[in-house]
Amino acid sequence: MNVLIKNGHVLDPSQGIDGPGDILIEAGIIKEIKTGDALARDEGAKRESGSGASGIRTIDAGGLLIVPGLIDMHVHLREPGFEYKETIRTGTLAAVKGGFTTVCCMPNTSPVNDHASVTEFIIRKAKQEGHCTVHPIGAITKGQRGEELAEIGTMKSEGCIAFSDDGQPVMNSTVMRRALEYSKAFNVPVISHSEDLTLSEGGVMNEGLIAVTLGLRGIPAEAEQVMIFRDILLAELTGGRLHIAHVSTAGSVNLVREAKKRGINVTAETCPHYFSVTEDAVRGYSTNAKVNPPLRTSRDVEAIKEGLTDGTIDVIATDHAPHHADEKSRPFDMAPFGISGLETALGLSLGLVEEGILTRNQLVERLTVNPARILGLGKGTLTAGSEAELVVIDEKREYEVKAEEFLSKGRNTPFDGRVLKGMPVFTICKGKIYEW
Amino acid sequence: MLNSKDLLGIKELTEQEILLILDTAAGFKDIIGRDIKKVPTLRGKTTVNLFFEPSTRTRTSFELAAKRLSTDVVNFSVPTSSVVKGESLLDTVLTVQALGADFIIIRHSSSGAPHLISRKLRASIINAGDGTNEHPTQALLDAFTIKEKKGKIGGLDIAIVGDIAHSRVAKSNIYCLTKLGANVRLIGPPTLIPKEIEDLGVGVFHNMEDGIRDADVLMMLRIQTERQDKGFFPSTEEYSKNWCLTSDRITLVKDNAIVMHPGPMNRGIEIVSEIADGPRSVILEQVTNGIAVRMAVMYLLAGVKR
Repeated sequence: MNVLIKNGHVLDPSQGIDGPGDILIEAGIIKEIKTGDALARDEGAKRESGSGASGIRTIDAGGLLIVPGLIDMHVHLREPGFEYKETIRTGTLAAVKGGFTTVCCMPNTSPVNDHASVTEFIIRKAKQEGHCTVHPIGAITKGQRGEELAEIGTMKSEGCIAFSDDGQPVMNSTVMRRALEYSKAFNVPVISHSEDLTLSEGGVMNEGLIAVTLGLRGIPAEAEQVMIFRDILLAELTGGRLHIAHVSTAGSVNLVREAKKRGINVTAETCPHYFSVTEDAVRGYSTNAKVNPPLRTSRDVEAIKEGLTDGTIDVIATDHAPHHADEKSRPFDMAPFGISGLETALGLSLGLVEEGILTRNQLVERLTVNPARILGLGKGTLTAGSEAELVVIDEKREYEVKAEEFLSKGRNTPFDGRVLKGMPVFTICKGKIYEW
Repeated sequence: MLNSKDLLGIKELTEQEILLILDTAAGFKDIIGRDIKKVPTLRGKTTVNLFFEPSTRTRTSFELAAKRLSTDVVNFSVPTSSVVKGESLLDTVLTVQALGADFIIIRHSSSGAPHLISRKLRASIINAGDGTNEHPTQALLDAFTIKEKKGKIGGLDIAIVGDIAHSRVAKSNIYCLTKLGANVRLIGPPTLIPKEIEDLGVGVFHNMEDGIRDADVLMMLRIQTERQDKGFFPSTEEYSKNWCLTSDRITLVKDNAIVMHPGPMNRGIEIVSEIADGPRSVILEQVTNGIAVRMAVMYLLAGVKR
């Protein structure tokens, strides 16, 4: 695959590039990136020699933004075991549609990815059928039961880049302590699904007046905050690398901010739905707005945005959680938690730039270099010599979200019908050009 | 005229709609007090009682209401149905509709179950209790009873005592009575009254004596003894000591105050027999009024243009 992307605006926080630039890709590798003076010289030379080498596709990216391929450090691809919800093939196709060239899949499959054999299966399947790069996240404990540590070292050798019991917390504090200690030997982060199950028990939406008026059991913000606080203390005790998944409350943002100030080794992510929509979306018993942690209040949304602005929240991840329509058409309390997020994440996130919450550069950091740094991936960059993983975005393009047109099998989104601004027009990864 | 083909909750009704139902029910109460209790109004229509939770009182009341309006009534018995084979709620109700149901009376343990099916069906859906959300016909029959006894609802001091958090009866009554202008007070332990509920325009009391003082109406709720296992209160004995309607406490209410209970009662736990069977009690009249109110609801829903 040889491509020349011309006339675009290159934004690559990893190299401090934010200006006009051309990118030449040869055999799936970024051969050359020309910006500034080099670009001007090049323009002059071209006028003399005509077009470049033959066999090269030229993409005119005039008026478009070129950024490193986005990295989603929190997705559920459902394979193995729940292929009726999503597969590695459909999930990664949805990812590239959304501008992501790397996704990290959570281990709550069937069987659970708590063993190197499952890790090996996912990686092999992703190589054969995946449209983008897939890095598995291994389970912290065997069967995600929160009791005995899984073989973290062996799974890392097989390709797991982080460890989490996502979907379930590690309720036993000593087990979590051991996980944070043990994982230090392999320099991998432990990702906390922060939920005190005794406080959240039976809950299906945010605790508050709306839950009362709908007759739905609430989940208090404290169910999340209690566990974040515990895990921060355990990270302090052990010196382990802690990453907090799907931060949803104002209190959680404060806890992480304080912990960072104290120099504790903690990072955090939030998801587009936590800064784009509130618990109001549940009204009418809309199961597409049922997600865990639950959608919160406008006060929480504001705090999440502040956390993104000041860097307390390092990463935007989707927690892409596809479910079958049959499951989401159950009564609210019986429907599964989760939002299909890969195909709306970029548009919703660009809304933060429009709103002045993040600069464009900060947004791209939270979607590329930051997750890459946390996970130790040499990615999220357009440096010459690196694999060509990038996305060309039309920031001005407005479009209506149509769930039935999702490439993901999961059409469970609370954003159906919402008008978003900014969408990928080309995604380049694994030696292929996707044109949308 | 009602605005919707369904009765999903009191939340969804206007004050005018509530009053229309109560006025219509008064006419039906005359009819069911006659020797011949049946009218041909809805002859040829079919009512299906779809109860996913056990119920004798409410189901029987709906069944009688439907029969007195001359509809055919089928009780869809859940334990023997395909639901136990794992059929989805939507498939079950679509089947019931395909059998020709015009009214589907549904009780379900999930809040919002009637709302879910109402979007998919042409039949009129009547909520007979959904999870901890609402039990609208209970609130309507309670309002009917209060109006009958006190001549009005606006301005009355009405105390609801017990497990507010888990009670769909309490929720529907809060919406209904506040829409009709009553002053509603909720009484019970803090573990059983969500703190946000004050935003609905009600007063909250944890001390029974303070809460019932000078009330015009007392509504006692059934205490589910299994709440004790979940730690909402330490023992039924301690609950009774603090929140049971006793002969001592009843002296605090207005002289002509009435006492209500949606049933079934736990005698000696939330209410003592002397009061349940005493002169202030309107508990059995509530049951009778339930039929008239449910007839009114079905009659009015049948007239809603599709």
